[in-house]
Amino acid sequence: MTAVARLGRSLPTRDGVRRSLRGAVAGLVALAGVVAVWEGYKWMGGHTDDHWPGTSFGLPVRTNDLVMPHANEIWGSLWDPVQRGRSQTLAGFLFQSARFTFSEAALGFVIGTIIGLALAVLMLRFSTAERGLMPWINISQTVPLIALAPIIVTWGRGTALSDTQAVSIIATYLTFFPVAVNALQGLQSPDQADLELMRSYASPWRHTLWKLRVPAARPYLFPAFKLAATLSVVGAIVGEISAGVKGGLGRAVLNFATIYSTGPEKLYASVLAAALLGLFVFALVSIVERFVDRNQIHNSNGSSGAGA
Amino acid sequence: MNKKWMMPVAALLAFSLLAAACGDSGSSSAPADTGGDGSGASDCSTVNDVSLQLQWVTQSQFAGYYAAKDKGFYNDFCLNVTIVEGGVDIVPQQQLASGAVDYAVSWVPKALVSREEGLKIIDVAQVFQRSGTLQVSFADKGINGPADLKGKKVGSWGFGNEFEMLAGQRRNGVEPGVDNEIVQQSFDMLALINGEIDAAQAMRYNEYAQVLETTNPATGELFQPSDLSVIDWNDVGTAMLQDAIWADETKLGDSNYADQTTRFVAASLQGWAYCRDNLNECVDIVLANSPVLGKSHMTWQMNEINNLIWPSPAGVGMIDDALWNQTIDVAVSEGVLSGPPDSGAFQTKTNFYVEAANKLLKDKGVDVVGNDWKPIDVTLNPGGE
Repeated sequence: MTAVARLGRSLPTRDGVRRSLRGAVAGLVALAGVVAVWEGYKWMGGHTDDHWPGTSFGLPVRTNDLVMPHANEIWGSLWDPVQRGRSQTLAGFLFQSARFTFSEAALGFVIGTIIGLALAVLMLRFSTAERGLMPWINISQTVPLIALAPIIVTWGRGTALSDTQAVSIIATYLTFFPVAVNALQGLQSPDQADLELMRSYASPWRHTLWKLRVPAARPYLFPAFKLAATLSVVGAIVGEISAGVKGGLGRAVLNFATIYSTGPEKLYASVLAAALLGLFVFALVSIVERFVDRNQIHNSNGSSGAGA
Repeated sequence: MNKKWMMPVAALLAFSLLAAACGDSGSSSAPADTGGDGSGASDCSTVNDVSLQLQWVTQSQFAGYYAAKDKGFYNDFCLNVTIVEGGVDIVPQQQLASGAVDYAVSWVPKALVSREEGLKIIDVAQVFQRSGTLQVSFADKGINGPADLKGKKVGSWGFGNEFEMLAGQRRNGVEPGVDNEIVQQSFDMLALINGEIDAAQAMRYNEYAQVLETTNPATGELFQPSDLSVIDWNDVGTAMLQDAIWADETKLGDSNYADQTTRFVAASLQGWAYCRDNLNECVDIVLANSPVLGKSHMTWQMNEINNLIWPSPAGVGMIDDALWNQTIDVAVSEGVLSGPPDSGAFQTKTNFYVEAANKLLKDKGVDVVGNDWKPIDVTLNPGGE
């Protein structure tokens, strides 16, 4: 089986193209809706002195240009130079920052996923491990990230870890949780009858794991991977802000937050970039999922993957 | 053999490969800057690797250190310096005490609080001779002194940035929070500009300028200094000392660290003297280290920072006893410190290293007083660009 053969299978079919197009159109319509609500709210506030029409109740958010810049200003700021006299645009700068944050988030995602899967298997194998670990895994997510981030960074500086690696560990901390919880649930999902069948074959534990439990867990895994991927971006951005790491979206958000009153559109633009990065990693996992699904179907249809 | 189980693993691997491919530019870079054009000082038998923790991200507030690195002053003093930027949760003096960095920049009252909590840190150079904290309001509010804050909504940053303001009110008959409303203020000046608060805390080198970079909706022009009135805590007499270089007290017993400290202070102060005489070049050095900063805003900031340093009548970085005592006095009266420091075995400040550093600089012909320095007029652009 070659990678090319597998890739060939996953090339988009006509159906796939149509589905992607429909998705893109739906996304654009949703975006237009958000812009319309934003501008409509702003327009209303401008005409009612920031009150709900016909009442004396104030609007929750002020609508002047400093608080809510026009959507086209946010868009326009993306194409202005990031700094006077530089050729790089704000969009280019944010793209570069997003790449940096992505690299931190991806490392955190991969490590977090491996840890999450390992924990799930451990808890599956030893029910004492499940009873002992599960409460701690749950508690781990109640510790506020902003309390943890500086501790991780300070520890990291005491060792050979760079600050960017410390940020990846912060991302790891958020990502292992959904993977561990969902993977365990998935691995435990096969019917009792199936498990008993495996037992009647005298199948060793690891065979039951690979042949029965892991395939059964797949529908549980990808939702967890998607959640973990977006959380890894959140963790990386929070970690960057917390630790003062330079080069990523967290720093961009922090810098633009401090000059919010003179350039609010830049902060909105960097928040937009963070949201897009979240969407991107989500889409990335979805693509991998579709690719895996396709191959699974082929395999289970009996067509051997080899030499196709 | 059925290899279904391999698919998620392969997916994971693919993702990590992609990550590695995309991460070429960043994953290995420490929060240090590059640069430093000194070709390596020739007379050094050894070069010390030294790290400096800033309180915040790159801006002209720290230009002297960037200039010392960029112009090779650290190299000349046989130092290889890494400048570590601050973050929201980074407490410089804790980074120093934990051994993560060799020196830290911190405000005096904040560092003294940490010291009272047991961190053995010591002020070895008082770079800023004056406080940069203001209370800013629109002129039509009629707030011309601390007494006028009575009955007003007064913005406060909290986190130890507010003591001079609170003390300034108390010493002028206004009980903060009782005679007026103290409102938590964010980094920016939006609450003041939107009229949500009457008076806002502002650093003269940062937030004050941000107001002047904002368009006045009434005129369509930028706000002007004449639109604002300012309370300067230096004038009120409750100002507290701010940016200073802190060293690890316990390590100063080691003659290598002590010697390195003198050289580090000297090179840093030479950087500040350079920025006094070469303002525009220092702004460019700062901008090169952070591509999102606005040029006119950073030029304003550089000029105002010079104003906080120069002239330094006793020599740059020397700790002024009167202002030090005023800082302690305000901190104790505000309940920030339970009592004056220096009671224990450790000192809290010393002019020992900065005196030696000043001598080294004078021998090199550097003006360490700056009596001739004059502020320049900076034209701010919208958004500080």
